[in-house]
Amino acid sequence: MLKLVKMCKSFGAVCVADEISFEVSKGQALGVIGPNGAGKSTLFNLITGNLPPDRGYIGFEEQDITRLPPMKRVRMGIGRSFQIPQPFHRMTVFENLMVAAAFGRGLSEAEVIDDCVSILEQTEMVPRANVLAGQLSLLERKRLELARALATEPKLLLLDEIAGGLTEGECQKLIATIRGIHRTGVTIVWIEHVLHALTSVVDRLLVLDFGRVIGIGDPMSIMASKEVKEIYLGIDV
Amino acid sequence: MGVGHIKVGTASSRFAAWIASGFILVAIFLPFVAGRSLLQDLFFIFSMLVLTQWWNLLAGYGGLVSVGQQAFVGIGAYAMFGSVILGNVDPVVSILIAGFAAFVLSVPTAFLAFRLHGAYFAIGTWVIAEVMRLGVAQWKAVGGGTGTSLPRSATRDMWFVDGISVLFDVKTSAARDILAYWLSLFLMVTTIAVIYWFLRTRRGLALFAVRDNSQAAQSVGINDFISKLIVYFMAAFGTGLAGGLIYLQKARISPDSAFSVLDWTAYVIFIVVIGGIGTLEGPIVGVLVFFLLQSLLSDFGSWYLMTLGVIGIAVMLFAPKGLWGLFTERTGMELFPTRRQLVIPEKET
Repeated sequence: MLKLVKMCKSFGAVCVADEISFEVSKGQALGVIGPNGAGKSTLFNLITGNLPPDRGYIGFEEQDITRLPPMKRVRMGIGRSFQIPQPFHRMTVFENLMVAAAFGRGLSEAEVIDDCVSILEQTEMVPRANVLAGQLSLLERKRLELARALATEPKLLLLDEIAGGLTEGECQKLIATIRGIHRTGVTIVWIEHVLHALTSVVDRLLVLDFGRVIGIGDPMSIMASKEVKEIYLGIDV
Repeated sequence: MGVGHIKVGTASSRFAAWIASGFILVAIFLPFVAGRSLLQDLFFIFSMLVLTQWWNLLAGYGGLVSVGQQAFVGIGAYAMFGSVILGNVDPVVSILIAGFAAFVLSVPTAFLAFRLHGAYFAIGTWVIAEVMRLGVAQWKAVGGGTGTSLPRSATRDMWFVDGISVLFDVKTSAARDILAYWLSLFLMVTTIAVIYWFLRTRRGLALFAVRDNSQAAQSVGINDFISKLIVYFMAAFGTGLAGGLIYLQKARISPDSAFSVLDWTAYVIFIVVIGGIGTLEGPIVGVLVFFLLQSLLSDFGSWYLMTLGVIGIAVMLFAPKGLWGLFTERTGMELFPTRRQLVIPEKET
């Protein structure tokens, strides 16, 4: 479904994506881990088109999307949440969803009301529907990020540290919601520092360091590998 | 059928709609009782309100802070003069030509200005307007740098003027003021109606999203460039219409006055800022305050401008959302609500 071939991106002398290649097939959930500054969010920005790559190829559902602008990729079914929530703060929660659904799917406002209501239910945001997004708590902002991404009806959902900064209880609830989304057939790529949250959902892990893929495979063996322990967990083995 | 529906209106907006209809009705029949100077004052208020509403849409909703709207006032005014003097078009029709001329001009200027962002966009629009002013000053047929007047024959034979002068039993010059007043009333009401309608469409919703966060807007499938472009074109057209109308009433034009950054942009920004940027109500409040200040202080020359400056700074410091923003924070009242409220009929979950 998603295929990256030798993606490269540098900011000046700093290489934030160094020949990144991997594939995600339909219905899978891939977790992405790596130390701060490893290039995880950059990877998402390359996939969504927010950053143009220097070299390389991205395919989505067998189509070359390397040069497509972000809005076209959304229409094709790539939805994303931001690491730092970026709500439309002077619009209500419901309007945030409605604008995402209407433009992400090319429908009218009236056509998306029902779907927006069910996403509000799914993400437990119904009581906050008419509240300005700028007035939400952190958990609610994270939920809104998720809900807004869902409103575009993604086939591939990119989650950027959606569980970061939440309490254990909040985190568990969010995991349950994400599991539910995954069960409906949505492919997920999820960047996360909260490892147990990640491993309870994903089938594979990808480890990034200095813009390079240093391992990809099933979570158990990745976490057990010496290289990952050294680089990612900072343990001398 | 659906599990929920959208509600936009509020109690205060329904009340406001009644007041507005009443006001429009009174305004239509006002020339039967009002004197000429009152009509001229109202013409000034209405036409400034048109300019401020368009600038507010551009800057307050679209985030496009233009300091060059005088380009469209000027080109509209000159298109009106040109089509009357050179093409023998009726002045009333030529107001439409003014709007189209401004729109046509806005296509190449958008191409230039949209390469710039923020402060650079502002300066760029100003430079474009200055270039236009210098260019028009070379146009000898409409008076070059010193300007010209509308030919008497054209203003005398203008559509409706005869009828009005018979109906009211006044001279043609007074009849022209009445016609200009009605046109300004019509233009002002349609401007507000069109902007309000636009904000309530799907495109309007997208504009709010782009205003709040353009990166996030892109990532939900909104083309922020198109959103801003539509607003820019609309504002150019509306500003051009206003320019044509204002100079129809003045009947005299020069490049320096038609492309005046003070009259057509600085005052406009002042009005929007003190009234409340990013609301439809703000410019209305602002233009009334501005008119009041002008009639009280304009005899004091530079003191008048300094007072405006001080008031502008004070409002920005102590009421950054403007006078209307201050009012709406206290009361929660909105006359032109755009918020889509979700109403779920059965019991809330």
